[in-house]
Amino acid sequence: MNIRTTFNVQRSMFNVQLWISGIFFIFALGTARPQLLDALSDIGAEIGKQTGAITPEQAESIKRAGKAVDKTFEEITPEQEYYIGRTVGAVIINKYRPYDNDTANRYLNQLGQTLAQFSDQPETFGGYHFLLMDSGEINAFSAPGGLVFISRGMLSCCRNEDALAAVLAHEIGHVQHKHGLQAIKKSRLNSAFTILATESAKQFGGQDLKDLTTAFEGTIGDITSTMMNSGYARSCEREADKSAVEILKRAGYDPNGLVAMLREMQKQLKPGGLDFAKTHPSPDSRIEDISKAIGPYEQVKMPVKRQMRFLQSTGGMPQ
Amino acid sequence: MKIIRLCLQSITAFCLLAAAYADSTQLMSVQVKTTNLREAPSFVGKAGAALSYGDRVEVIGTQGPWSKVIAPGNRAGWVHTSALSAKKIVLKSGQETARTKASNDELALAGKGFNSDVEGEFKKQHRDIDFTCIDRMEKMRVASADMQAFLKEGSVVPKEGGAQ
Repeated sequence: MNIRTTFNVQRSMFNVQLWISGIFFIFALGTARPQLLDALSDIGAEIGKQTGAITPEQAESIKRAGKAVDKTFEEITPEQEYYIGRTVGAVIINKYRPYDNDTANRYLNQLGQTLAQFSDQPETFGGYHFLLMDSGEINAFSAPGGLVFISRGMLSCCRNEDALAAVLAHEIGHVQHKHGLQAIKKSRLNSAFTILATESAKQFGGQDLKDLTTAFEGTIGDITSTMMNSGYARSCEREADKSAVEILKRAGYDPNGLVAMLREMQKQLKPGGLDFAKTHPSPDSRIEDISKAIGPYEQVKMPVKRQMRFLQSTGGMPQ
Repeated sequence: MKIIRLCLQSITAFCLLAAAYADSTQLMSVQVKTTNLREAPSFVGKAGAALSYGDRVEVIGTQGPWSKVIAPGNRAGWVHTSALSAKKIVLKSGQETARTKASNDELALAGKGFNSDVEGEFKKQHRDIDFTCIDRMEKMRVASADMQAFLKEGSVVPKEGGAQ
């Protein structure tokens, strides 16, 4: 083996190492900011191309892959999330109907909007809004962007303001973690982004609008079907409970309120029901997880004025 | 030698790009319909001047999840970082995107994608789904001062520094 051959072998090995490192580098940065990720994938591909380790076609392929990595639900802008949330909310409230009680709804918004300020996502495009649903089922939904719906049945599981705060904080947790958007099928996102990629500054119209509306309908279907039928993954519920505990603590509410509510829910849930019995982990298993974070249950101590306003605002509702 | 030179060139290019990237994050856009400048990095306290969707602010410092900004009109204050985007948000009326070569990573066209037109088309196809209730729901807004009063009345004491 002459010197030139040795050099070529070393160069080839170096190129292979460079190539592998480049791939690892690009994928390890999958969680990095999109702009940086794209820029780095471009640079990685350019280095590979210039050193002769890869062909120009392969370099282009890497660039495209780097850009495709971040096409997830996180690409949905707050404004788009808002429009998705409005329609998800409309579907929910057309099924369950609102409970028209101004006093209760005003109280719900005072409590909920205050709690949202203590979350990690206090600002959403259209803000947080809360509404009671006229249903005896034990149910609560949070549409993307911050529209939250609580049933009369769910309210009946709350014996005090701290327990109700826990229900709302759990739903805020779902919004904060974008669990609704995560329910959108990947294929749906890809088709929506394909339409978006062809759009520049022009207004949507004609076929584009129709195609986008079809993707929108599918998106709404994915989210509402997950919320109302199959439920979120257990990991999402655990994440929402964890956030609820954090929000309650920051705001000054007792996180034991969440356990108290779940204990009451355990008593009221009917096996085989189409509500939380179907879509959520059992209250007992949730209590077990929450207790790991807050310790053994301690009864919630309620200041008189706080309990008074809770009863005045929510009392007298048909169960 | 050629490879080493190429590597050095690439590293230099990377550094220049990183510097340019870091510099570009100084200017941010308001990505929510409306928010307020605050005197302190907390929701507890008086809300100041309103900022609107697309407003550009210069970030001059951060504290936890809060950004200290200089807003249009040379007004200084704090904004929760969740209300800000690194992208320049171009409102429809501006139509700047038609004239610039900036990529989608630097610009976001307001109203792009799932928007009021798409919602309108959806409504046409699903006349049974009523949005009246959603419109009414969105009008339920609790002012910052009312939130403070609500906490006080219920003897709810936020954890020190807990207002994120």
